[in-house]
Amino acid sequence: MISLESLNRALQHWLQSTLGDPWAYLVMCVLVGLAAITLFAVLGLALVYMERKVAALMQIRMGPNRVGPKGIFQTSADTLKLVMKEGLTPDGADKFLFNFAPFLVMIAAMLVLAPIAFARNFQIWDLNIGVLYVAAVSSIAVIGILMAGWSSNNKYSLLGAMRSAAQIVSYELSAGLAILSIVVLAGSLRISDIIASQADGWWIIKGHVPALIAFVIFLIAVTAETNRAPFDLAEAESELTAGFHTEYSGMKFALFFLAEYINIFIGCAIGATLFFGGWMPFHIGHWEAFNRVMDYIPSSLWFLGKTLFLIFLIMWFRWTFPRLRVDQLLNLEWKYLLPISMINLLFITLMAILGWHL
Amino acid sequence: MLEEIGTNDQGDMIINIGPQHPSTHGVLHLVITLNGETVKKVEPHLGYIHRSIEKMCESLNYRQFIYVTSRMDYLSSHINNHACALCVEQGLQLEIPSRAQVIRVLLDELTRIASHQLWWGALAMDLGAFTPFFYAFREREMINEIMEETCGARLTMNYIVPGGLMMDVHPDFQRKVKAFLVQFRSKIHEYDELVTGNVIFQSRTKGVGILSKEDAISYGCTGPTGRGSGVSCDIRKLYPYEIYQQLQFDEVLEQGGDSFARYKVRIGEMIQSMNIIEQLIDNIPEGDFQAKTKAVLKLPKGDFYSRVETARGELGVYIISEGGTTPYRIKFRSPGFSNLSALDHMSRGGKIGDLMATMGTLDLVIPDIDR
Repeated sequence: MISLESLNRALQHWLQSTLGDPWAYLVMCVLVGLAAITLFAVLGLALVYMERKVAALMQIRMGPNRVGPKGIFQTSADTLKLVMKEGLTPDGADKFLFNFAPFLVMIAAMLVLAPIAFARNFQIWDLNIGVLYVAAVSSIAVIGILMAGWSSNNKYSLLGAMRSAAQIVSYELSAGLAILSIVVLAGSLRISDIIASQADGWWIIKGHVPALIAFVIFLIAVTAETNRAPFDLAEAESELTAGFHTEYSGMKFALFFLAEYINIFIGCAIGATLFFGGWMPFHIGHWEAFNRVMDYIPSSLWFLGKTLFLIFLIMWFRWTFPRLRVDQLLNLEWKYLLPISMINLLFITLMAILGWHL
Repeated sequence: MLEEIGTNDQGDMIINIGPQHPSTHGVLHLVITLNGETVKKVEPHLGYIHRSIEKMCESLNYRQFIYVTSRMDYLSSHINNHACALCVEQGLQLEIPSRAQVIRVLLDELTRIASHQLWWGALAMDLGAFTPFFYAFREREMINEIMEETCGARLTMNYIVPGGLMMDVHPDFQRKVKAFLVQFRSKIHEYDELVTGNVIFQSRTKGVGILSKEDAISYGCTGPTGRGSGVSCDIRKLYPYEIYQQLQFDEVLEQGGDSFARYKVRIGEMIQSMNIIEQLIDNIPEGDFQAKTKAVLKLPKGDFYSRVETARGELGVYIISEGGTTPYRIKFRSPGFSNLSALDHMSRGGKIGDLMATMGTLDLVIPDIDR
């Protein structure tokens, strides 16, 4: 059966037999980089289109339906517009930081892609501290946002950046604790080990109520870390016009926009990996026939389906809830989510020690 | 870099909100003084859409000047026209046919509902929720269609004229209004589900932008803004005009004085307006839609004042006549201007987000403030 894994193997084998070891490795690195960039572009286009269609579904309207069949080329046309637009640098801005910030945000998003398992044995880099790496690298994005806000020489941008920094730094804690609770259950930080530990059931089912609580906290934290409504205070268009990217235009704006969607994808992919077993098919105990049927569905589809479901949830939040106020946002994290996730982590540790999760 | 960022002596940041800003709903310019996120002072700057309507009216005759008033508070243009027509009729001592009176009240109440619906969607948008806007427009569109069929316009109606109405209503009027009532009654629970009951919405509006009863009176706040603070100021009840004293409806009063109280007043008013329409829609009397008037209207020497309840509060029209065909002086007492003046008082000490919530519940229409 053709799968991403077998394609990957065949390509590696062919490269090694034709080029020899060091060159094959180099070519492979270049190919991976190209694949990552292509994935970014495709994901950006697809997710923006999905967002607009989901929004239309929520808002009793049609959504994009003019450019191409069912409007599928709408986002490509928008991108073309952004590429052709002049990227202004405002007078009085710190030119280096201003131009560097969108790239930093983008690079941070790209780096987090490395340990994500897209299908069975299909992963760029299966490093042994997988989830720790994700938690660490994803925080770099906040530096980019702060840089953008500070260097724009705009008061709205500055306020947006300050809000964003406070928000991302705070919500990182709950996200980290929610990730930790699954690490405790799986007994490993390595992404492939975490997925393998869910072969007989996903953690959201095996982990009972504490895992469910951890999942809810994780979802809230991801929504907050990606600056999405109801936590979009960094942008808050009714208060700060566009927050930290008020002064950005053209492709530099597009990079921020793209990074937001990539970050959603990555957050949801991590969520799907930790709580829904990544590419692991849905299995029920001893139902051999049922499990066999589930195995026939390609592992990449399982991964994509779970991730898209979580993305849909996050989009649903955005188009339903009003925005929180900045002090309420921090109250929610420090007074509710953080204590709850700490106590929850204790419960989960207890569960793991007593072996209740199996 | 701090000296480049506008600050005052105390080191507070000064920010211009508007005249081009998504949540000022027009060309309102607010200069706000911020200490971090906390608002210390709000200073509205007006004049960006000043068209000197009052001066223009002095050179227009008593039939013409009504068309300009549709451009003041464009969301309640029927009611503006109504106020002017009432003032001219008071000067002419005209008796209006009962058919015209009933239709005027019906259109006023439909306008009130449409205006509150737009406010409801826009408030949710100010608070960061986009979806309610589309739900509001689903019903508002039905009212706009009724208006389009009745007077050919969707925004600047110019339908209520001195002496009655410009023309008779469309034969479909009753049927369409009834269809709207059925639709709106069956959908208004969605408004509550989507916004009123939402925890985030309540925490954003409760205890935010508090205006005490005394302050509401001293700032001259009227309409839902005043009634949210417990001031009984409904002109339809206090100084009934047309047929309002014969109608069964309640003045919606809330004692809270915060944004949520003002929100609840407007939601309640939509329901009361529906009650009024339901009482009248089957009882439109037959007869003339216009009283007999001369081609050129001349008001006797003297001054005349009429007041009506628009969707935003009390609109007063004051005409001084020298006995000619045009007003000698004219002055509009617009509700938005007084309500805006309370904004500074209400939003001091709150966050930027609170300022938006307060401004949203004041329901400002800028051309009404800046005539």
